Order: sequence, then C-alpha cells, then structure tokens
Amino acid sequence: MRFLTEFRQPALAEALAERIRRWSGPPVSLMEVCGTHTVAIFRHGLRGLLPPQVRLLSGPGCPVCVTPNREIDKAIALASNPGVILATFGDMMKVPGSYSSLAEAKASGADVRVAYSPMEAVEIAQGNPKKAVVFFGVGFETTAPTTAASLLEAKRLGLRNFFFLSAHKLVPPALMALLEAGEVRIDGLICPGHVSTIIGSRPYEFIPRDYAIPCVISGFEPVDILQAIAMLLDMRAEGKAEVAIQYRRAVRPQGNPQALETMAGAFQVGGAEWRGLGPIPQSGLHLRDGMEAFAAERHLEMKIRPPREAVACRCGEVLRGLINPPECSIFGTGCTPEHPVGPCMVSTEGTCAAWFLYKPGG
Amino acid sequence: MPRARVLLGHGSGGKLTHQLIESLFLSQLANPILKALDDSAVFSVDSRGRLAFTTDSYVVRPLFFPGGDIGRLAVCGTVNDLAMVGATPLYLSAAFILEEGLPLADLRRITASLKGAAREAGVKIVAGDTKVVERGSADGLFINTAGLGLVPEGVDISGSNARPGDAVILSGPIGNHGISVLLERQQMGFVSTVKSDVAPLNLLVAAMLQASPNIHALRDPTRGGLATSLVEMARQSGVAIRIHEGKVPVDEEVAAACEILGYDPLYVANEGKLIALVAPQDAPGVIRAMKKSPYGRQATIIGEVLAEPRGKVLMATRVGGTRIVDMLSGEQFPRIC
Repeated sequence: MRFLTEFRQPALAEALAERIRRWSGPPVSLMEVCGTHTVAIFRHGLRGLLPPQVRLLSGPGCPVCVTPNREIDKAIALASNPGVILATFGDMMKVPGSYSSLAEAKASGADVRVAYSPMEAVEIAQGNPKKAVVFFGVGFETTAPTTAASLLEAKRLGLRNFFFLSAHKLVPPALMALLEAGEVRIDGLICPGHVSTIIGSRPYEFIPRDYAIPCVISGFEPVDILQAIAMLLDMRAEGKAEVAIQYRRAVRPQGNPQALETMAGAFQVGGAEWRGLGPIPQSGLHLRDGMEAFAAERHLEMKIRPPREAVACRCGEVLRGLINPPECSIFGTGCTPEHPVGPCMVSTEGTCAAWFLYKPGG
Repeated sequence: MPRARVLLGHGSGGKLTHQLIESLFLSQLANPILKALDDSAVFSVDSRGRLAFTTDSYVVRPLFFPGGDIGRLAVCGTVNDLAMVGATPLYLSAAFILEEGLPLADLRRITASLKGAAREAGVKIVAGDTKVVERGSADGLFINTAGLGLVPEGVDISGSNARPGDAVILSGPIGNHGISVLLERQQMGFVSTVKSDVAPLNLLVAAMLQASPNIHALRDPTRGGLATSLVEMARQSGVAIRIHEGKVPVDEEVAAACEILGYDPLYVANEGKLIALVAPQDAPGVIRAMKKSPYGRQATIIGEVLAEPRGKVLMATRVGGTRIVDMLSGEQFPRIC
C-alpha cells in the first residue's frame, strides 16, 4: 500500500498546483461529479491551492443525495411492517424522507439493520426464515455489481424471503441530463474513478462529442485530482475535448466486463427519479425479467403517503451545481450533520456535509 | 414524536453524544466537578489529597477481536480514564450484565483477560455485580467498570489547561482498534493483520510525569478518534490546535483499509493511545521517556497549541492545504460511491 504515500507527495502536488496556477486562459468551471472527489478535495485542502480563475463545482455524484424522498418513504414503509427486516448501507440511515428517517423508524421499533455489503442481507435472510428481509440498494455503477451478485446468490440459494428495493442509479445519463438542461457552465468534467473502474471510459464519449467538454477520469488521492485538473486545463488550452484517463492504475477503456456481466444478470436499465434532477430516462437499475420474485414493491405491503419536500432545502440546486451550500439559507444553522434537513448534509459524500465539516479556506 | 427518541448516533462519542450530555445530563446534574468534563472526576476528600473517580460501560461487538476482548477493554478503558488526569489507578469495580445463553467458556476467557489486564496495570478489582437479562436483551454481555485513583501532589492535568505554545504529542499510530473491530465484525474478506491497540497507559503516564512537571493536558482518543479529542481539548481550554497531517502516524494497513472503506483515520477509535499537551521546552524529554515504555515507542510531536482561532482544530495537509478538523458527526460508514 505504498502507493498511498506516493500519491500524496508534497513535491509532486506542489509542482502540479504550480502548473495549474500558471493557467492564463479565461476563468473555468470544472465539475467534480463524484462525492468521493468532493470529500477528497476538501480533506486535502485542494481548493486553497487553486487560483481564483479555476473554480470547482460539485456535481450530482453522491448516491445518497440523489435518492428522492419517495424512495426513502418506501423503505421506511417496508421497514415499519412488523414481519420485515430492512437492511441498507449506513449512510442511508439518517437521510430524512418526507416524514422521518430510517434511523428514527429504527428507534421507534422498526427492524432496520446496517449492512456493510448486500451479501450480509442475504445472510440475514438465511438466518431469519420467518421474516421477509429487504435489501434497500443504493449506489451507482460502483456498488451495483455487488448488489447484483447478492441477488444472483439469493436466486441460487432459492431464498423465498429475500427481497430488493432499488434506488440504484447510473451516472452517464445523469450527466447527459445535466448538460442538456444547460443551467450551469461546465468547462471540464472530473469523472468518477470508482464508477469508471466498472464502466470504463467509453460511456462518457458523448460528452466531448456532443457538448465539446473535456473529461478526465480521476483517482482520489490529492496528486490524482491535481493532475486531472491540470490535464483538463491542458485540453482547454489546446482547444481539445476528449475523454482521458488519469486513473490508469484502475480504469481501462472497456471497464470491467465481468462486473458488467453480473449487473446484466440481475438488472435491466429503466427510468429513474433523481432528487434535484427529476425523472431521467434509462438512468436506473431495475430487476430484470426472471428476477421478479425479489421485487419488494410487488410482494410486500407498503403504505406510503404522498411525498413532500422540506421547503427551505436547496439540495436540488446544490446537486445541479447551481449554488454552493453556504448560499442555502438553512446551511449550518437549521441544517447540520446532526440535524440534517437535506441529504447533501447527511451523506459522508454530500457536498453540504463536506463544506460544513471542512469549511473551505478555514 | 419519533424525533424525541434516542438514536444510535447518540452513542457515537461525537457531536450528538456531546449535545445529549450538555442539553440533558449536564443541565440537570451539573456541579463543578462534573462540569470539568475530563476523563475522570477529581476532588479532595480531606486535606490529605485528591481522588480521581470514573466509570465507563463496554458494549463492544464482537466480544473477541484481534489484539483483545471486552474484558481487557473494560479494565484498560477505565484505567486510562484515571491516568488521563494524572492519577495513579488503584481500585476498580466490575459489573457484568450477562445475556441468557452466553457460553460460560466465553465468560471464563473474558474474566481471565480482565484479570490479566488488571495485573498489568497494577490495579485490584475490589467490587462487582452480576445481572442476567433475557436472551435478546444484550449483545452477549456488557461490562461496566468504575475506577478510583490517587492524584499525586502537584499534578494538575486537565483538558482545560492547554496553553498556546504547547507541543501536541501523540503516543503512536492511530486507528488500529477501530479498524480491527470493524474488520472482525463485518468479515469483509480483507486479509488483515491489524490488531487492536487496547492497553493500559498508566505506567506510560507515570513515566511522563517523572520526566516533566509541565504536562498540561492528557486525553486518550477513544470513540470519535483523534479529531474529536483534539476538538474537546481546544474547546475546554479556549485555544486552537494545529496538527500536521504528515506527522500523524497511521500504520500502512490501517491507512489502506481506511482508503478502501472511505474512512478518515482521524475519526477511528483507539484504546491504547494518548495525546499530551506539554510545555514546548519539556516535549523532547517527555518523548524520550515515552519511548522507553512499550506503549509509547512511536511517540511523536504532531502539532502545536495556538492562541487563535479559539476552540478550533486546524490541520496542515500533506499537499500544502489547510483544513478545519471538527468532531465526529454520527458514525463513519464505508463509502458507497
């Protein structure tokens, strides 16, 4: 694991920062799509190293943040059923739905369990044959293969008490929706490293082709991110727009065929609702034909009230890169990590949480 | 109202815990001794000296983990709370809440480990209690320990005694306990040799006190990690603390596990480490003394105390940036992105 120190070398970082500071072109706005990038940028204090004419915007790449209230309401409704155990990733626990959160439902008696991997939910189902066990799956292409693998394993085991509620989403269609809406000027995209280890670089090719925006797939160490920014600036200086891979130690153009095959074995692509972005066609993962036996919505009772949004919360605009978190009137006052109003303050990869925790320039 | 209930996050040792303590417990139970909010209460019984008194409950899952178990933890945690106010730990009580069905062999093993830790720390278990609750009411077993110690004359150590200019000393690499427990609990399929650092630190502290009369504050960064403990001390003393990322030791395997999981090692729990805020001229001598102890061999200066901004902790990052370090908020969870 020596690679970690290698990608945090001060001299290397300083040389890249100096190269970025020499940018003499017009002001540019570069969007980091992924929540892990957002956190890494704040954790390492990278914004402070950039000149004012190079601005970073945070995009819709936090899977918890883009999960709409309705999906969370469904999970809470399922968990509130006394015959149900609901398992999900820890980050989902505190996200407020329309009326409460999974953490509050758990404190009120619902059997909600934090799973560190979807396979744990399968094990819970095996150990609790009299209960219906629902895995509430959230995440982008990074986590979808492991969820798919757990579903295929449940099928192989012939489990009849294991169910799945999907909030899995796909990144490229969301980027297309964001660029198509044209609400925010983006001069370059720092594309997500983990997602790209699965899907490769090809699904982003429409971005330079149709929108003339350069893309760099980046790793998560400070040197990775600074190099990705320098590569984007180089492309802008040369008037080029391509998809480049900075994260070569993990990403190949064709992605990971085995993971993609596993995903295809359990899921099919369909429309999905995104917080802040609304419905986006072909952006969600649903159970494929032949896997209907696992559909929680089909087999389990679930009473939900109409969803509602917190009036003052501006997470939707944060997710679209339209505002920075401090521009929201409740940021840091009515909305904090302990008492979050919107999901961007809840998730460890949420933009608001990163701004609140690390306070840029502090 | 669902919001009016206790959430798991209230026990994380971070901000929610502090809010609960301040808004509920302190507001009703406050007195000058409790309000000091140090790891142990320190008070005079009569003119002969001062006592340190503390209590803690242990609810770790799994009960056995690489490098330790709940029995060793229950002794070390309480001994360390006494040591962090400069006290010499003397007597402990141990109360067991056992869940129906717990294998007696496990209880025997845990008790033997508890005995071993007490012997190592030089304390006696002089009182105890046993309760059994129905299956499903506890996670195997819970242990509560209380501890009593004597604060030597002239020793005045408190989280509120930090002074600008003090050196921030850390006794060794962080994150081993939290990561070892997490990997053991979740069986994530990592091949790992990470072991918990759980250890009694009273002899280390005794050696430090021999080396310097100018140790102002001590704290063992347990739940909430190094970051939360530093913020607590900065707030208690009304000072700022600046640490340097490149100087904070993290074992390679712990760093790698944190990287894969998306954890920040600054917030991962420790059970055998301490932070000392020491007058700068005494820091080299204190470190020399620490290095002679098995639990301080990797002691090092990681930062300094500043006058401003009061109550804040800053970190100079390896790549030349600066960031604010805040308390843990809720629990850390593996990234899903």
